[in-house]
Amino acid sequence: MNYGVIFRDAFWHRNTGLVVLLGLCPLLAVSGTVVNAVGLGLATTLTLLCSNLAVSSLRGLLRPEIRIPAFVLIIASAVTVIQLLMQAWFHDLYRVLGIFIPLIVTNCAIIGRAEAFASRNPPLAAAVDGLGTGLGFCLALVLLGALREITGYGTLFRQAALMLGEAGQSLQLTLIPEHPGFLLAILPPGAFIGLGLLIAGRNWLDARSGEKKARQAIGDAREAKA
Amino acid sequence: MTERRLPEMLRSAVALGLVAVIGTALLSSVHGLTRDRIEAEERRVVRERLGQILPAGRFDNSPQDDVYQFTDATYFPGGQTVTAYRARQGEDPVAVVLRFRAIDGYNGDIQLLAGIDSNGTLTGVRVISHQETPGLGDAIETEKSDWVLGFVGKSLANPGVNAWTVRRDGGEFDQFTGATVTPRAVVLAVRDALQYFSRHRAELFSPPAKSEDS
Repeated sequence: MNYGVIFRDAFWHRNTGLVVLLGLCPLLAVSGTVVNAVGLGLATTLTLLCSNLAVSSLRGLLRPEIRIPAFVLIIASAVTVIQLLMQAWFHDLYRVLGIFIPLIVTNCAIIGRAEAFASRNPPLAAAVDGLGTGLGFCLALVLLGALREITGYGTLFRQAALMLGEAGQSLQLTLIPEHPGFLLAILPPGAFIGLGLLIAGRNWLDARSGEKKARQAIGDAREAKA
Repeated sequence: MTERRLPEMLRSAVALGLVAVIGTALLSSVHGLTRDRIEAEERRVVRERLGQILPAGRFDNSPQDDVYQFTDATYFPGGQTVTAYRARQGEDPVAVVLRFRAIDGYNGDIQLLAGIDSNGTLTGVRVISHQETPGLGDAIETEKSDWVLGFVGKSLANPGVNAWTVRRDGGEFDQFTGATVTPRAVVLAVRDALQYFSRHRAELFSPPAKSEDS
């Protein structure tokens, strides 16, 4: 079992937000600022880790006809536990993310990974896959959040106090002083445009590395001939 | 066939039941662990909000425990329940914070807190939640602009009932560039709250405290 490959697949090649395009609703809705994005991204990652681990550990017990209701039970329990913990220890952030924390249950990426991977692989591999998928989603959220926050507000890490308490206050970076605020980036259309740009960027990166590999292969073949 | 299917079904049912039991056990234990802390955090949020608009040092009770809830269709329309947090010094009423909604915002209700001194002067107004347009109507938030701080010290006598609206309607209060509906809704709702207060002041302070949950 090559955990590096599992992680890379989950994190990059099958990135939930940018390739598979699952869980777009929270991705578009909570990416207004980096801090919100990190909050939801980490909560989703934790959920994926827990649900993948639980599903994989119980996979011998769960016959095909009851697996979907069992997955739903497991995921809903994991999300509710995380919701309670956030409410207790990150109360202000919880208030900002609001309905999107309980709605992690409905993120199809989570039940998708349970069905496609965790129910067929041992716990450690499932955990790596959950971590990779979650961090990949987190990456998409944070990139989109940064893009929208910089263009929309001209800052980075605004309202970091929500997550880090008073210490977070000084974290805010003002990149564009006297920024008048760019409404389009903050409103929902900005999320769609930003996501489109991110997907294009990812595809471009992939195409470039693909080209490089192809050129290298041709070069190698010529050398071999010579 | 039934002999073979039945135990299989039973096994599935037991497995599903087991998952449900484990999940429930986990949830109830986490709930038990976090309950006190969540309650404390929620009380902290209310206390901080009230602290922002109540005159500090002039009361010695705990307003969030001295709560009175009522309805009044004339001044607080839309079938809402208004919550009053009462600040007292000994037995004397000092101020009350009303939590109510402005129902004619641009997009949905605007949740408001208004602190009113016992002589009818506003000690502060805050917006708790709203869905007004970002960048236009959201200047009612303290993080976006100082507009809402302009309510401090205002009363029905200052600037006078007829001036209690936005400038476009001939009033005293600024509207925002591109957004008149939102500030108008807030100003009018606060005016109505003041009018309720002036008519029902004694009633507001007399009933005994009720727990907010009941």
